[in-house]
Amino acid sequence: MIPKTHITQKDIVLQIKDLQKSFGDNHVLNGFNLTLYQGENLVIMGKSGSGKSVMIKCLVGLMEADSGSISVMHKDITKLNQSALDILRADIGFLFQGSALYDSMTVRENLEFPLRRHSKRFNKNTTTDTLVIEALQSVGLESAIDLMPSELSGGMKKRVAIARTLILKPKIILYDEPTSGLDPITAKEIILLMKKLQKQYGTSSLIITHDVDCARVISDRMLLLIDGKDYAVGTFLELSKNEDPKIKAFFKN
Amino acid sequence: MAWYGRLKTRKDAFLIEIGELSFFTFRFFKDLFKYPFEFKELARQCYILGNRSLVLVCITGFIIGLVLTLQTRPTLMEFGAVSWMPSMVSISIVREIGPIITALVCAGRIGSGIGAELGSMRVTEQIDAMEVSGTNPFKYLVVTRVLAITLMLPLLVIIGDAVALFGSFIVENTKGNVSFTLYFNQVFDAIEFGDLMPATIKTFFFGLAIGLVGCYKGYYCKKGTAGVGAAANSAVVVASLLLFVIDFIAVFITDIFFDL
Repeated sequence: MIPKTHITQKDIVLQIKDLQKSFGDNHVLNGFNLTLYQGENLVIMGKSGSGKSVMIKCLVGLMEADSGSISVMHKDITKLNQSALDILRADIGFLFQGSALYDSMTVRENLEFPLRRHSKRFNKNTTTDTLVIEALQSVGLESAIDLMPSELSGGMKKRVAIARTLILKPKIILYDEPTSGLDPITAKEIILLMKKLQKQYGTSSLIITHDVDCARVISDRMLLLIDGKDYAVGTFLELSKNEDPKIKAFFKN
Repeated sequence: MAWYGRLKTRKDAFLIEIGELSFFTFRFFKDLFKYPFEFKELARQCYILGNRSLVLVCITGFIIGLVLTLQTRPTLMEFGAVSWMPSMVSISIVREIGPIITALVCAGRIGSGIGAELGSMRVTEQIDAMEVSGTNPFKYLVVTRVLAITLMLPLLVIIGDAVALFGSFIVENTKGNVSFTLYFNQVFDAIEFGDLMPATIKTFFFGLAIGLVGCYKGYYCKKGTAGVGAAANSAVVVASLLLFVIDFIAVFITDIFFDL
């Protein structure tokens, strides 16, 4: 991560300002702010139903915010048309909570799918096969290339989903509960893999998790989402020592 | 007045559903001519939807042909009109029974399949994953499926009609010793342009209705496995009802233009 003293506007890859989102009378996001810097791992924690997934969906245009601005790579996604948004989406990898692998496709076809629209990002000499194998090698699953998702374990599905996220070589990766539903050993393997890949590809990561161990290992900074707002921001150490009862509740175990 | 409140809620829900389905249909026609054209996926869907329903359509058609002939034979014999059997059976099958039975079978087989498949893709966030990867999921999933069933259903109906007539011939051959050539000569003498054309045209609309309803129910499936089941179930119910409405309109229009 870049030391804070050297941070410039250019190093900011993602910025959310005063984001508001309501469902009827339920104000899920109520003036939420966030800044993600180049090469940084920012962990977002919050209670269930606090709006973490809503926020991340607004970030990639899957959901429309009521108000506020979302700037990704210095482009306000709320003002982009569909084709410009599709192009920008190639720079944002998204790892879904349940992996979201396409059931009817093999692992190879799952990885080839994002390349259909974004093949122009790569050199003409780079073949689809090379990219697929490279991505699978980086998650240690090249042997699973012709398997169907139904033949994979939960941990393997997560790895393939990470490989699919990486295949376009995005600048930002959004992880929605990357360790949910996994046993502690597999969860640790996935966390270490995320850390290794972050260094290898030089990406910035936004990680939504409930897993305090995951946050401790991977975070450069943490943000606590409480009452629809960015309640507290700091390093894991800073926040874990904070005496505010709302913050303390996250770390008491 | 609780019943009035419930009725009003149901009426509102019904009207909202009609509005949403109309918007969905409009979006289908808008996206149909938009780049990129998913020819590979369209061909794959044509193969899957057509091939998977073929056996069912053939079995149903064959049994309908057998039953229709067996049931009608005694009455025609009573009036000494048994020689009219091929003409009567062919006209009823080609005009009405073939298209509607095949469409109902496909609504059950294909409509529910599409509803459940897209519903489960929605619930497991696969549709969101597609959108995030820069692919228009509506175009990739909905347009290809609706177009595939619209193109495949008329073919399935023609095959189903042929098998049903063959089933009818088996009964006639067994009970009345009618030859293959004689039976089908009478069949082709009886069928006119006014029987074949409107019946074929309406099957395109049947296919369109089955595809649109199945995709609509699946694409906007509510969260959870119960939502997937409900999507598959209501895809069949709504599509079947729509088929009868379309059939009535088609017969009404045919009556005006071809003077049935």
